[in-house]
Amino acid sequence: MHLSPVDYAIIGIYFIFVLGIGFALRGRMKTSEDFFLSGRSIPGWITGLAFMAANLGALEVMGHAANAAKYGMFVNHFYWLAAMPAMCFVGVFMMPFYYGSKVRSVPEFLKKRYNEKTRTLNALSFAVLTLLVSGIDLYAMAILFQRMLNWPFWSSVVASAAIVAIYIYLGGLTSSIYNEVLQFFLIVFGFLPLAIMGLKEVGGFAGLERSLPDPSYAHTWANIWSASQNPMGINWFGTVFGLGFVLSFGYWCTDFLVVQRALAAKDMAAAERTPLIAAVPKMFFPLLIVLPGLVAISLDPTLTKLLDGRYDNAIPALLGRYYPSGLLGIGLTALLASFMSGMAGNVTAFNTVWTYDIYQTHINPGRPDGHYLKMGKCATVFAVAAGIATAFIVLRFNNLMDYLQLLFAFFNAPLFGTFLLGMFWKRTTPNAAFSGLLSGTLGAMGHYALYAFGAIHYPTDMAANFYQAIYAFAICFGVTVIVTFFTEPKKEEELVGLVYSLTPRPKIEGLPWYNRPGILALGILGTCIVLNIIFW
Amino acid sequence: MGLDIRWPIALLFSIYGLILVVYGFFVGPEASQTRSLGVNINLWWGVVMLGFALFMGILALRGSRQDRP
Repeated sequence: MHLSPVDYAIIGIYFIFVLGIGFALRGRMKTSEDFFLSGRSIPGWITGLAFMAANLGALEVMGHAANAAKYGMFVNHFYWLAAMPAMCFVGVFMMPFYYGSKVRSVPEFLKKRYNEKTRTLNALSFAVLTLLVSGIDLYAMAILFQRMLNWPFWSSVVASAAIVAIYIYLGGLTSSIYNEVLQFFLIVFGFLPLAIMGLKEVGGFAGLERSLPDPSYAHTWANIWSASQNPMGINWFGTVFGLGFVLSFGYWCTDFLVVQRALAAKDMAAAERTPLIAAVPKMFFPLLIVLPGLVAISLDPTLTKLLDGRYDNAIPALLGRYYPSGLLGIGLTALLASFMSGMAGNVTAFNTVWTYDIYQTHINPGRPDGHYLKMGKCATVFAVAAGIATAFIVLRFNNLMDYLQLLFAFFNAPLFGTFLLGMFWKRTTPNAAFSGLLSGTLGAMGHYALYAFGAIHYPTDMAANFYQAIYAFAICFGVTVIVTFFTEPKKEEELVGLVYSLTPRPKIEGLPWYNRPGILALGILGTCIVLNIIFW
Repeated sequence: MGLDIRWPIALLFSIYGLILVVYGFFVGPEASQTRSLGVNINLWWGVVMLGFALFMGILALRGSRQDRP
């Protein structure tokens, strides 16, 4: 792939804008809440798009396009089965707790609902894994640009990390959110022509269906009833329960990376709408991501020409095939933007959890607010440096990437059990939550070790993922319930605003009907069912 | 919240739209078509992006009028 000056200019202009937004915001970072939570002042449509874009890291974009090339429309489940119900659930049922209790982070919620131990366990594991993942984002970006354009590995790592560090240092979470919104539109405008051109070349949906290597590729649900019939090797139970319930609810409900965006909303109504607004574009993202993957595999079913032996090449190969200089610059900027904001999302989540839940709680409590603001800025620089270090470590030991990704994916599964019990069963005790969370996490690691060393077998890695999530969740859930019966629950008055049955419903009078969370959620789920039927 | 993000979006996309339109129209109409199945994608997509920039600009303008009493 060859870039002409106009493409470099387009990429350069993007960098100027990113930094410019950081500089424009630097005067507004007066308190630690300004820096970590945008002073809870952002309108719902912005937090909504950021909520969606924070999840739209380039690993996700490239990864799901690659999965679509490998497994076909089955990948739609990641959007319609996994994301939609979970996002509606967060908006309607969880935001009243998260936003209403005025917590500043997910671990802080655990402290209020349970105890300090549970919070610290969650904060530490979250902090470590977040740092590692931001390094993985950097690594993946640098490798991609090295392969496509021969950019030296270290220079893309250092340059993009430096830009992320500068704009977060200056503008905190607000910078990160604004850049995520920018990235969202860049992805839409950078990738949509890919889908249009691809469909044009293969002859529309009918032509696509004809040229796919296997008819099962064109179906989301039709082959789900037995594991041997579908390309992913997972039956309906593993898919619906593992992906649709545990993994997705675990991610969208408890991952502070996304929840933080909703906490930055300006009021309760905006916070509740955040995940719902995010769900609307998310529902149509298969068009931008799954479709190019399908086009790539139907143009090159044997992986010998266009894809050059790697499913991962789906997006880069199509960019090179269809985009002339000019549009190519936009497409690459969209990719760069999503890598950088993926990293930025991890950095902002890390600096908040580090400063509030670890530093302020255990290391240096009781200092004036300005001290924690300064600590947040230092933590930003530290997080970026740690990300660079991780990127180089992963470069040395290439297969580490798979391990880290897996560990990360499973860390949320047990946590969701802890949240679900905590929110809907007021008897759940603090000690039970702690032991459940710990044993669920250890269980997931144990399962992974058994799988990695060949003691358990699954047809695909994806199947292993789904079942590991189910086990981790079940262990956490079971242990928490059992220990609850032998330990002392918290007093009811301490749990007001934290448990569903003890929390007053947020008022919806005065909101027009189309802004009411319940109605929005029903509309989203209804549309989603229609999409599932069309692409059955 | 101070900076209205709609302004930077409108500005960025109008710059990008303009670059694509100019590039597709003057600099290399042929080069813009060869790879893209005979469509001058730079020109057309540039127009789409300009339209989006205009839309964002109008929203931002309306927003700034509402903020002022």
